[in-house]
Amino acid sequence: MKIGVLGLQGAVEEHIKQITALGLEGITIKQPEQLQEIDGLILPGGESTTISRLIHRYGFTDPIKKFAKSKKPIFGTCAGMVLLAKELSGSEDSHLGLMDICVKRNAFGRQRDSFEAKLDVKGIADPFTAVFIRAPYVESAVTHVEILATYNEHIVAARQEHLLVSSFHPELTGDTRFLELFVSMVTEYKKELIIS
Amino acid sequence: MEKLLGTGTVKRGMAQMQKGGVIMDVVNAEQAKIAEATGAVAVMALERVPSDIRAAGGVARMADPRIVEEVMNAVSIPVMAKARIGHIVEARVLEAMGVDYIDESEVLTPADEEFHLLKSAYTVPFVCGCRDLGEAARRIGEGAAMLRTKGEPGTGNIVEAVRHMRQVNAQVRKVTLMNDDELMTEAKILGAPYEILKQIKEAGKLPVVNFAAGGVATPADAALMMELGADGVFVGSGVFKSENPEKFANAIVQATTYYNDYDLIGKLSQELGSAMKGIDIATLAAEERMQER
Repeated sequence: MKIGVLGLQGAVEEHIKQITALGLEGITIKQPEQLQEIDGLILPGGESTTISRLIHRYGFTDPIKKFAKSKKPIFGTCAGMVLLAKELSGSEDSHLGLMDICVKRNAFGRQRDSFEAKLDVKGIADPFTAVFIRAPYVESAVTHVEILATYNEHIVAARQEHLLVSSFHPELTGDTRFLELFVSMVTEYKKELIIS
Repeated sequence: MEKLLGTGTVKRGMAQMQKGGVIMDVVNAEQAKIAEATGAVAVMALERVPSDIRAAGGVARMADPRIVEEVMNAVSIPVMAKARIGHIVEARVLEAMGVDYIDESEVLTPADEEFHLLKSAYTVPFVCGCRDLGEAARRIGEGAAMLRTKGEPGTGNIVEAVRHMRQVNAQVRKVTLMNDDELMTEAKILGAPYEILKQIKEAGKLPVVNFAAGGVATPADAALMMELGADGVFVGSGVFKSENPEKFANAIVQATTYYNDYDLIGKLSQELGSAMKGIDIATLAAEERMQER
């Protein structure tokens, strides 16, 4: 199984390290053609405005949309969540617009409000240490979006079919359980591919 | 559920999110917007860019909080600001204002010639400059969550940043290969906290992100620093002292991401107009060198 991490800006290496720790192959994606080699894609944390600019500039928009249309799983952390959202709160713009969620950027405040907290995550047995950095949250979601975790009643992790998002950064901890959730989605996809 | 603010992971993590990006010096809201629109990952709000600080002489202090506030209101990306080395109150004021990162910076006139800030005591993360591993490890020991080369600010001359990046990385490699029984003496020689060196030896790398700063003036300069192992780039005077800031900013951002795509960097470097006027370091008198601070 090959998992790609969009390598335009942000915490790319951290995701690759976790993927490798699970014994899988992690690939840094810097060219749109590379998307063809991978089974799942991670949009990492970073600055969403910067990553979005580079996505457009270097022709990633349509290839990523096509990737999503083929039902290959995508996991967006923090900035990645912002990039996947169909709607951004208080803004006319959206970036890739793939997931039926409305996301609020810097929703918990500035860096001084950034925090760590233990969360219950659906599908993960024991509490998960979640690191929130100038994090967004899902302000509203359509019913077919499954809520995986909340913090103070705000949605901070969610899944819609083959799309997974988190406000926090699993890649900044030594805990690979959230990534394993994503890997199981990729496994599901590969199984269905064989069946069909 | 208990909420922990300002932990090491939260502070260092913020810098990790900036990796592969360009942080630009700005002196007003208009410049901040240009920086954001061209793809900067953060802006450094200042009263003057380093080359103007150099030209103006006198004592350089924390920026007017009004400017910092204006910049914070103008953009959605993180805003950094500089405090004088050892100036506890400037740092606390910037923290209270809610800036996202403080640069305890040699670009400003030091407030304390002996002691740096105890950065672990703050909720806001700090970035500090370093020329070698001893300096890097001391700053980490004090709680810096991010490092950058000092270079020689405001000169548009990359030579010092190159020297500092190579030096730190060579020393990290040396420590990594050292025997355990040699480490204490190395700590003594470097003037580095032993515990930090031990961490570096075990991880094979610095425990915090290390950016390039102090002399980046062109897209090729930025790419060079990435090639030498920088995690990202600070551009001080290089953007807004160039002939065409928007073009320069755009090209530097792209060259930082695609630092080993030389065809692309060649294209990005075409017809940019003139870069900021540089200074040969050899012409600077010892007291004009900010890196010694």
